[in-house]
Amino acid sequence: MGAQLRALWGWFDSRMPSVASEWRKHAAEYYAPKNFNFWYFFGALAMLVLGIQIVSGIFLTMNYKPDATLAFGSVEYIMRDVPGGWILRYIHSTGASAFFIVVYLHMFRGLLYGSYKQPRELVWIFGVLIYLTLMGEAFFGYLLPWGQMSYWGAQVIVNLFGTVPVIGPDLALWIRGDYVVSDATLNRFFALHVIAFPLVLLGLVVAHILALHDVGSNNPDGIEIKKLKGPDGHPLDGVPFHPYYTVKDFMGAVLFLIIFCFIMFFVPEVGGYFLEYNNFIPADPLKTPPHIAPVWYFTPYYSILRAVPPLFHSQFPGVLAMGVATMILFFLPWLDRSPVKSIRYRGTLYKGALAMFVVVFLVLGYLGTEPTTVWGQFGFDAFFLDTKDVATWVARVCTVLYFAFFFLMPWYTARDKVLPVPERVTS
Amino acid sequence: MRKLLLVGLFAPLAVFASEAGYPLDPSPHNPRDLVSVQAGARTFVNYCLGCHGAQYMRYQGLAALDLSEAQIRDNLMFTAEKIGEPMRSTMSAKDAKQWFGVAPPDLSVIARSRGADWLYTYLRTFYRDPKTATGWNNAVYPNVGMPHALWMLQGEKRLEVETPEEGHGHVAYKWSDASKGALSAAEYDATVRDLVNFLVYVSEPHAASRRAIGVITLFFLGVVFIFAYLLKKEFWKDVH
Repeated sequence: MGAQLRALWGWFDSRMPSVASEWRKHAAEYYAPKNFNFWYFFGALAMLVLGIQIVSGIFLTMNYKPDATLAFGSVEYIMRDVPGGWILRYIHSTGASAFFIVVYLHMFRGLLYGSYKQPRELVWIFGVLIYLTLMGEAFFGYLLPWGQMSYWGAQVIVNLFGTVPVIGPDLALWIRGDYVVSDATLNRFFALHVIAFPLVLLGLVVAHILALHDVGSNNPDGIEIKKLKGPDGHPLDGVPFHPYYTVKDFMGAVLFLIIFCFIMFFVPEVGGYFLEYNNFIPADPLKTPPHIAPVWYFTPYYSILRAVPPLFHSQFPGVLAMGVATMILFFLPWLDRSPVKSIRYRGTLYKGALAMFVVVFLVLGYLGTEPTTVWGQFGFDAFFLDTKDVATWVARVCTVLYFAFFFLMPWYTARDKVLPVPERVTS
Repeated sequence: MRKLLLVGLFAPLAVFASEAGYPLDPSPHNPRDLVSVQAGARTFVNYCLGCHGAQYMRYQGLAALDLSEAQIRDNLMFTAEKIGEPMRSTMSAKDAKQWFGVAPPDLSVIARSRGADWLYTYLRTFYRDPKTATGWNNAVYPNVGMPHALWMLQGEKRLEVETPEEGHGHVAYKWSDASKGALSAAEYDATVRDLVNFLVYVSEPHAASRRAIGVITLFFLGVVFIFAYLLKKEFWKDVH
């Protein structure tokens, strides 16, 4: 049997040797730094979640009806009458939030260890494109259950495009395919969610990994391991991705699945953050909910949108701020002027700025889930108070700090006192 | 600036507290108590199903409450011919809108959008109000279109609301009886508890098996993790 299998493999290999050579290039002989820590699990986990979403999504598609009169009911029938349907639905809803959690942690890893810096600018840019595509994918998918939050969330987001000067109203009409979010919108969002954006996402993931494997992985010390090679021509501080990181990532994946399964089997709604309570009310175009909140992963940007005051009765400045807040990520490799990559060898300026950025991002995220009255109102009046909502003012301060982190980066990273970077990675 | 922030952070707490509506009572329902869910099902088909459907639930699904097909047919199935049919209301949405101003919402997933505490409090806080079209009002949901469907059980209540002066203390609610119902206060609370228990069940009929499968899955993954950890340790022991 063993000899027969080897013969079969030989037959295959002689006709398509690229399978073996690609395996060597990307796994068996891809040398990764040996000092990866906890933060380095999230890239592999993001791919795992992508796989989970695609497989669960295929089965959901078999039972879902993209029709404004049937969509809400079809989701409930999936939850009740389709055998195992509720598992599929909870996998997919938990997976959507899990995707953003691992992607946010993966991006934060990049900020910690300067993974976007030369020579990995393209890796970073593909990563930001993945993030933006993922936001689109999540947005289109959220309309499909056709609940009140699906409907009014989509209405709000599409109306943002309507604030663009001159072409805005036509643009919003073109996106919706109708004057309000309707059956036509649901159908096109379904098409974009199940085929168009997943295709783009897969292509970008391939580009992200190819670009990474061309330049090699960064590590918690921010050292280029390719600079020091042993007599065998392999980096002294590297280990082959397979089997070392395949077994390590497998362990990480199991740990991740334990947390994932705990959520989906015991607290699938996560207090209204993963599945919003109001989304169990069928979409009603005539009844605007008093408080429309997007799902948690969009809320930092939603906060920025709400924080910026309107100009000439147009919300466009807020929309612009929200756009810039995401697009600025593309320029990160050139905003950072520090000679070192890793936070381990950076000075207090960058450490302080990054800590502040994390706090600001979380506060903005929290405020975006709540009405602007959540922290009450100022007890006094002043000429500059266009709104007395405390939360709006906190969000404004946080918005300024969010942009300061990026716009002041060339200044503070250049002035920061850095430590000498060692030759070899530390354990 | 810092002072401004501090003022902003702490001053509003008092304002927020008085703005909150009627305080919700925690619902005492227990999803494992099948008898309670069965009793809730009986109350539901007798008092609620006339106006509200639970159209995503099939009568057949009630078999999961340890009820036989004959029991469901004889005691619960008033709005359908076949056991596989959904629990629909017989009232048309058009008529309902004319009578109540708004079509009564479907209750299949009401416990997921409102929450059990809200339902438990709402169903116990109807009171007589001559100013509304139905003569009923509700403390949790002011000016609701729904009249008190369970009033013969609870009796009629009156409510006096004492609003405190400008930002001092809480709103006080004073309840009093206008007439006695068929049930005592404790019995009525228990009936509502059972009804809420049923609504929670209907909102996610697979919740019990979800938790059961979850336990098995987590146990399995825990075992896999031990081996994954040992495998990783074995491969990495030579890397320094």
